[in-house]
Amino acid sequence: MAIPDDRRYSKEHEWALVEESGTVLIGISEFAQAELGDVVYVELPKVGTQVTQGGPIGEIESVKAVSDLFSPVSGEIVEVNEGVKANPELVNESPYENGWLVRIKPDDPAQLDTLLDATQYGALTA
Amino acid sequence: MTDTPLLHTALHETHVRLGGRMVPFAGHDMPVQYEGILAEARAVRSGAGVFDVSHMARIMVEGAEARALLDWVHTADIGEAMPLGRARYGVLCNEAGGIIDDGIVYRLAGERFMLIANAANAERVYAWLERWAAERFRAARLENVTREVAMLAVQGPKAVEIVAAISDFDPDSVRPFRIAECSVQGRSALVARTGYTGEDGVELMPASADAAWLWDLLLERGVVPCGLGARDTLRLEAGLLLHGSDMDSETNPIEAGLGRFVALDKGDFCGAGPVRAAAREGTERRLVAFEMTGRGALPRSHSPLLADGAVVGQVSSGGYAPTLDINIGLGYVPAGLASPQQRLQVDVRGNLLDAVVVTLPFYSRPRP
Repeated sequence: MAIPDDRRYSKEHEWALVEESGTVLIGISEFAQAELGDVVYVELPKVGTQVTQGGPIGEIESVKAVSDLFSPVSGEIVEVNEGVKANPELVNESPYENGWLVRIKPDDPAQLDTLLDATQYGALTA
Repeated sequence: MTDTPLLHTALHETHVRLGGRMVPFAGHDMPVQYEGILAEARAVRSGAGVFDVSHMARIMVEGAEARALLDWVHTADIGEAMPLGRARYGVLCNEAGGIIDDGIVYRLAGERFMLIANAANAERVYAWLERWAAERFRAARLENVTREVAMLAVQGPKAVEIVAAISDFDPDSVRPFRIAECSVQGRSALVARTGYTGEDGVELMPASADAAWLWDLLLERGVVPCGLGARDTLRLEAGLLLHGSDMDSETNPIEAGLGRFVALDKGDFCGAGPVRAAAREGTERRLVAFEMTGRGALPRSHSPLLADGAVVGQVSSGGYAPTLDINIGLGYVPAGLASPQQRLQVDVRGNLLDAVVVTLPFYSRPRP
């Protein structure tokens, strides 16, 4: 499976994509959605919540299991994907696009450099 | 868990070849899913799916006292009232009326029966039958054919016509809760019109050596391979209980809501005293079915159940019901809180979510 090289990855299988405006879009990887299986519920933080890198920002629940979501960067939640709250299967169908989870205004964009690039993440999940 | 190697069914290589996600289940290495639990569940509701249920125990009971032994250990009426080729569901109770296992008894011939037990309880059930055969029913012989005979559950609205097209199985004579011998392109198998999904369908029992061949034949006919995840989702939607979760040796069949599967007026059976007392006097707690009033986190086994702010019981099974697009569950509460429309709450990881008691089943298939 192709791992997009336009973004960074955490060891917990979240991705972080820096947008033109400087905000960071967060989601989970193709590998993570396949491991989880059918996602039936996603709990996300409220807009305005301050989050820290590596800290919990919600949970993602599949038919068989519940997993915590961790933020790959510190910052403020500026948007959550209402689409995945209504249709959690978007996370399975489109983990890198329509299944994004939250948009964060990062405190320090340099934090992204501590994350894995696509090649490193590919090696982790190979 | 011990380090005992996991058992393989006759279909293990097939599951691995097809990319099934293998997990340990009741001592066996079994596929929890292929394409995905929800897709498989939908395939069974709309077409036909096949499940490897060979891990379940198939125990033959034969001889002059086979019927008497089964009538003693099982709550259904296995006596004179059970004709040839019939299947009856019920439970096996200990002396206190607690449920050792649930399962179907099939009458295959005059004095030849088969009991299907849950994989997790296989050894316990076999030992229980052996004990009673030795103590009271010496003219009953037991034979465990679990390894020699495989079991493929073919379930869904199209299952019966597909199986009829590849075999001499006659759906008009092998009606629901019946069993017969059949021939699938010259290879013999038992065909039982039973299942654990809430759909019409059959459970095919060929020789283990023919299991992979039969599985492939079904897939060629468009039957979708399904794992144990979909099986659990489907059985919960259909309101079918799972032993070890929704009932156990501390639960009697009356509180589990299985009274209709207990032939209270038949002769004596193991646990009859306590079970009859429970039926007569009622029980302190009852199994309830509930629907969550909103989509959200799933009720799961062991989640606390609350009424008016106080914990009153716990969830025994819960999950997402794809056919109904709601979250559902089973659990135990005091009998006074078990009536339909009763408001409950489920504590899911600290969040109190609203639920309402409903009557089972959650889902029943459309009938012509």
